[in-house]
Amino acid sequence: MNYNTKSPWIIHYDGTSCNGCDIEVLACLTPLYDVERFGVVNTGNPKHADIFLITGSVNEQNIPVVKQLYDSMPEPKVVVAVGICAATGGIFADCYNVSGGVDKVIPVDVYVPGCAARPEAIIDGVVKAIGILNERQNQLNERQNRR
Amino acid sequence: MDILIFILRLIGIIVLSPIVGGLMAGIDRKISARMQGRTGPPILQPFYDVLKLMKKEGIEVNRLHRFYVYIALIFSVFTTAIVLMGGDILLAMFALTLGAIFFVLGGYAGNSSYSFLGTERELLQMMAYEPMVLITGAGFYYTSGSFFTKNIIDVSIPSIAYLPGVFAGMVFVLVFKLRKSPFDLSMSHHGGHQEIVSGISTEYSGKELAIIEITHWYESVFAFTIITMFFVTKNPWSYLFAALASILVYLFEILIDNCFARVKWQMALKSGWIVTGVLATLNLVILSLFR
Repeated sequence: MNYNTKSPWIIHYDGTSCNGCDIEVLACLTPLYDVERFGVVNTGNPKHADIFLITGSVNEQNIPVVKQLYDSMPEPKVVVAVGICAATGGIFADCYNVSGGVDKVIPVDVYVPGCAARPEAIIDGVVKAIGILNERQNQLNERQNRR
Repeated sequence: MDILIFILRLIGIIVLSPIVGGLMAGIDRKISARMQGRTGPPILQPFYDVLKLMKKEGIEVNRLHRFYVYIALIFSVFTTAIVLMGGDILLAMFALTLGAIFFVLGGYAGNSSYSFLGTERELLQMMAYEPMVLITGAGFYYTSGSFFTKNIIDVSIPSIAYLPGVFAGMVFVLVFKLRKSPFDLSMSHHGGHQEIVSGISTEYSGKELAIIEITHWYESVFAFTIITMFFVTKNPWSYLFAALASILVYLFEILIDNCFARVKWQMALKSGWIVTGVLATLNLVILSLFR
């Protein structure tokens, strides 16, 4: 049995977000939604995290940061793009400095729609991400058993 | 037959201590959450976290990085076993310090600025709480005439009657040892605190992070064994009283954790030494006058 479904630790990174989605991500931790009751912890450290929550689009300045954070995370890991900017670039997509959605840089597993994404939608996205995390853990276990 | 009981007791201590420590951590998270108006995670959450981390990929920074964490675990197991088997409390305290030093070396092996910063703060924390821990040992010697745990608890009047100042000082430095606010400078251990990217444990992931957590559980059990030793006497009923006192102390520590913001290292060091110097030393001086 895998326990990562019961203890998904999150790292949250703000790309070029307007802070709308960031506030909604943090709202998930408040008493009203309290995601810690499912074991979710906002770690702030890529080496401790299982799920990479990213808000806002990417640009030339933060592409290396996003890549480094993703590479620092231990397997298994899942990426959740929160909000329309992280998915496609949103209303900022045509700006000269915006490169587009997060999937231009790293593979994204779950897209959470909304501008700003509602806390319920973010929690739904994280629950989907936990399912993918569990699958990846099973694949990792199989690979280790075969070795 | 004696040797069989000895081995069984030892195995019991090594297996049960992390279970008790993990439950303590779980209860802590639940009560903290309730204090903040949240529902909080299940009591077994710390075990889920550790079991998850056991299966995760461990990123190796360099070869010694992992080694230090395992050595720190071995020493904390050793410390807990000595105290609970009725052994020498001074030996246990020195073994605890040695384990902490290996953990510090692990932090320095991490080779990242956050890890270094956390490690330096950990050293300052050790400077703040170590004198008090040693004075507690000396205090127990004053009341019972022995450094052995089995003799310290074999008295007719509980040690707290002679050592109220030392007890208060011990409750104070317990905040350091349990890695609680306002003195959780080195790794911001609990919950979603993100200061200095969890400091000394920044570079640890997977199994090694789980080992750090288990080491912490053993250390919590050791710390509360010291607290109970202030109350336990020859009378078997005193164990109940000691358990109640420990629970109260733990609730008090959780309350402190939730009421205070993290302080700077200067404040942590000064307050640690002032409390040790005033409460504990004065207690011992007065005690020596009446002997």
